[in-house]
Amino acid sequence: MKTIVTDVLVIGGGLAGLRMAIAAKKRGHEAIVLSLVPPKRSHSAAAQGGMQASLANVAKGVGDNEDVHFEDTVRGSDWGADQIVARMFVNTAPKAVRELAAWGTPWSRVRAGDREVIINEQKVKLTERAEAHGLIAQRDFGGTKKWRTCYVSDGTGHAMLFTTSDQAIRHGVEVHERTEALALIHDAERCYGAVVRNLVTGELTAYLAKATAMATGGAGRLYRVTTNAVICEGMGHALALETGVAALGNMEAVQFHPTGIFPAGILVTEGCRGDGGLLRDVDGHRFMPDYEPEKKELASRDVVSRRMEEHIRAGKGVPTRFGPHLWLDITLLGRRHIEHNLREVKEICESFLGIDPAEKWIPVRPAQHYTMGGVRTDHTGQSPTLKGLFAAGEAACWDLHGFNRLGGNSVAETVVAGMIVGEFIADFCDKPENSVPAPLSLAREFVAREEEKLSLLLESPGRENPFRLLSEMQQIMTDYVGIFRQGDALLAGVAQLQGLLERSREIGLSGKSRAANPELVAAYRLRRMLKLALTIAYGAYQRAESRGAHFREDFPQRNDQDWLKRTLAFWPEEGATLPRLDYEPLDVMKMELPPGWRGYGAKNYIDHPDTPRRQQEVEALRAEMQGKDRHAVQDALMPFADKLPAALAGRNERIDEPLESAK
Amino acid sequence: MTEPVTHRDNAPDPAERKAPPRQLTLNVLRYDPRNPSVAPHLQAYKVEEADSMTLFIALSEIREHQDPTLQFDFVCRAGICGSCAMMVNGRPRLACRTLTASLPDESTLAPLPFFELIGDLSVNTGKWMRGMSERLETWLHAQEKELDLRRVEERMDPDLAEQIYELDRCVECGCCVAACGTAQMREDFVGAVGFGKIARFRLDPRDERSDDDFYAVIGDDTGVFGCMSLLACHDVCPKSLPLQTQISFLRRKLATVG
Repeated sequence: MKTIVTDVLVIGGGLAGLRMAIAAKKRGHEAIVLSLVPPKRSHSAAAQGGMQASLANVAKGVGDNEDVHFEDTVRGSDWGADQIVARMFVNTAPKAVRELAAWGTPWSRVRAGDREVIINEQKVKLTERAEAHGLIAQRDFGGTKKWRTCYVSDGTGHAMLFTTSDQAIRHGVEVHERTEALALIHDAERCYGAVVRNLVTGELTAYLAKATAMATGGAGRLYRVTTNAVICEGMGHALALETGVAALGNMEAVQFHPTGIFPAGILVTEGCRGDGGLLRDVDGHRFMPDYEPEKKELASRDVVSRRMEEHIRAGKGVPTRFGPHLWLDITLLGRRHIEHNLREVKEICESFLGIDPAEKWIPVRPAQHYTMGGVRTDHTGQSPTLKGLFAAGEAACWDLHGFNRLGGNSVAETVVAGMIVGEFIADFCDKPENSVPAPLSLAREFVAREEEKLSLLLESPGRENPFRLLSEMQQIMTDYVGIFRQGDALLAGVAQLQGLLERSREIGLSGKSRAANPELVAAYRLRRMLKLALTIAYGAYQRAESRGAHFREDFPQRNDQDWLKRTLAFWPEEGATLPRLDYEPLDVMKMELPPGWRGYGAKNYIDHPDTPRRQQEVEALRAEMQGKDRHAVQDALMPFADKLPAALAGRNERIDEPLESAK
Repeated sequence: MTEPVTHRDNAPDPAERKAPPRQLTLNVLRYDPRNPSVAPHLQAYKVEEADSMTLFIALSEIREHQDPTLQFDFVCRAGICGSCAMMVNGRPRLACRTLTASLPDESTLAPLPFFELIGDLSVNTGKWMRGMSERLETWLHAQEKELDLRRVEERMDPDLAEQIYELDRCVECGCCVAACGTAQMREDFVGAVGFGKIARFRLDPRDERSDDDFYAVIGDDTGVFGCMSLLACHDVCPKSLPLQTQISFLRRKLATVG
C-alpha cells in the first residue's frame, strides 16, 4: 500500500482549500491539497460579480459596517443562518479583502469626483469623495442595504483565485493535481485522512493526516441545468455522508438563478432584467405581469425562478431536443446600451449561442446555482461528530447562508472561512494529543475496500449505463426537487431516486481499464450523487414549510414554530436507500436578530413561541444602551469576540471609523 | 417600446429552426501513452448538430452515447477556466467556446502540442504552468512585514488597477505556448504566458523586484531573447491579451538592463 503522511490534507483546490492550506503552512504545518483539476481551473474562478465586505469606501456605501452586513445576511438566510458564524464572517470579510490586496489582487478602485450610474432606469449622478480615491471600490448587489460588493472588473473570482493560488505556490503548498478522494479513512470518532485515486494512472494511495479539510465546492451537477462547472458533483459532501458519522446540514436548501442560458446553463446577469429586459414565452408573450403584477420581471430571484418554471409546466416553454426554455428579450434596450452596459452578456451570447442579443432573444431557463447545504461544522469549521474532519466554503454548512445565500457572500465565504478555519486547523495540529500515530491497519482496510469496489464495478456483468442513469437522476431532481416543491411529487421523486440507486448497483462498463477511464469515474461518482440526491429530496419532503429557497406549494408559510431547525442527514448503512434525518434546533433566545419579516417577499410566517420574548429583550437592551458605542451594544446582545482566532480578531478601520490606537 | 409584446420578428426564424440538422464528423486524434502498442490514430465520430452546440456539448454527447473511453478536459465550460484548449482544425482554441456552427462538416481535433499528453485530447497544462510559476516566481514580491489587516488598505490609482487586471486576465490555457515557434524548438522556453506574468508584476508597484531581478529570470534565450517575433501567441490568445506589445516592451526594457 502506497502511503503519504502529512499534517493537513485539504481536499479541493479552490479558494477555500488553498486558503486553508496557506494558513496551515504559515503556522508551520505541512499541507497537501488534492485537486481534480489544476487549482486555477477551480469553480471559484467563475464568481464574477464580487465579494461582500463592508469597507464603506464608495459614496453609496457610506454608513456601511459589520452590523448592516450581518442583518442583510441573516435576513437573506430567512433566519436559517448561525448568527455567531455570521458575526465572525462579517468581521473578517474586510480583513480578507485587504489581505488579498496586499497579496496583489487588482481590486477595482474608487475614482474621486462625479460619475453617472443607472438606478431604476434613471440616470443618477454620484460624487465619490476625495478621501476615498484609490481605495477599494464597491458595487451594488441584490439584497443589500449598502453598496458593499468589492470587485475586480468582471473577473473577481478569477483574480482572487490566481492571487491565492500563486501565494500557495510561494509558500510551497504541494498540490496533487488530477487526484480524487474516494473515501475518508475514519473510525467512529476520528478522521485520519483519505483513500485517493490518481485519475491518470488509477493508482490508489492512502493519505494520512492529523486534520482533513473538505473544500470541494457545490453539487450543482445533481440537476440537469446548473451554472456550476462540470466538476461540481458534490463528492466532498458525499464522502462525509458515507462515513455515517459526519452529518450534512440543510441539503434541501438549493438556490436557483432565473437566467441561465439554455441549454448550457451559463449564467447571464440579473442586470439584464434590472435594466429593463423582459421574459417571453413560446408565443412571444410577456408572462411575468400575469403572475407578479407589481414587480414583474424584477421580483426576487426565487420568485422569478418559480414563476418561470410554473409557466413551463403550463406548456408555455419553447420545445427543443434538450427540453423547454423561455426567452430573455433585451433587444428593446438598444444596441448602444447592450454594447456599453452589458458587454459581458453580449460576449456570452456570441460565444455560446452564436447570436447577437441586440437582434435576437436569449434562450434562458432557471438553473441550479448554489448548494447552501454541506458538511455540518461548528464555528471552528470542524465536524461536531467526526473529530479531525473540517470543511469550508460551499462544501460546508458552517452555517452562514441558512436557506438562502446572499449574492456576493459565496466567494467571500471561501476566503473568510479559509482564513478562520485554517487558523483553527493549525490550532488543532498544534495540540500534541491530536498527533495520533497513523493507524496503518485501518488505512489498509479502507484502501482494500475501495480496491474491491472498483474491481466489482469493472468486472460487473450488469447492463445499466452510468451516463444514462446520471441523466435520469438529473431529470428527476429537476422535475420533482427543483424550484417548486410539493409533498406528492417529492415522494414520487424519492421513490424514483431509490429505484435508480438500486439500478446503479447493476452498472456494467464497456471499458475495463483501471487507469484513466471516464466511464468508471462516472459510475462510482453516480452512486454517491444518488445518495446526495436522495438526501436533498427526502429532506425537502420532510420539511413541511417554505423557507428561503426551499419552497413548498403545499406549505407556503415559513413556520418558525415547528421548523426553526437545521436538518442533519446521516447515511450509516451502505445498503440503505434513505438517509437518517435528525434536527438541530436554533435557539431564538440567543439570537442578536430574532426572526421577523425579511423586508421583501411574502409577509407570511408563523412565529416561534420564543420570538416575542426575545424581541422584547433585544429592544429593552437597545433602549438601555442608547447612545453607547455600536460594538458595546452588539457585545451585550450576542458576544462573539472570543470565538474568533486571535490572529483575526479586532475591529476594522474605515474612512469614517478610524482606529483609535495602533496595534 | 411601441411594438406589441407578441411581435416575433426578433425571435429566431422558424424556417431556420426546421432545417434538417447537419451530420458533423469529428476526427479525433487518439492515443494513450500508457498503451503504446496502439499507435496514435484518427478516429471519426459522427454527431447530429443542434442549436448553439459547442464542442463541449458535442464531445460530451460522443462520450455519453458512443465512446465512454474518450478523454478530454472541461471544467467551467463557460470560457473562464482555460481547461479545454485543443487543436481545432490545426489552431489552438478553447473547445467550450467553439460553436459547431463555426466549423465545416468535417473537423479534426488534436491535443495541444508541447505539453505532456495524458491521453487523447487531454494534456497536462497544470504541471507545466506550476513549473513556470515556480521558475518565474509569479507572485507578488513584497517584504514579509506583518500585515495589520484591521487597517485601511493601501491606495492604488484606479487606472493602474485596471491596467494590471488587463494583464491578470490570463487563464493559463496554454494556447500561446502551443502556437509558439520557439517552444517547438526549445522545451525550456517560458512562452508568452510567462512574459505576460512578468509584465503584470513589473507593472504592479506593490512588487519590489527591479528590472535586474526580472532580467535574471527571463533575460536569455529561454526568455524574451528567444522569442522570434512570429507572434502566433498574440493571434490565438482566447482572452485577447496584448501579448505583442508586452513582449516587445519587455525586450526593449531588459536589453538596456543586460
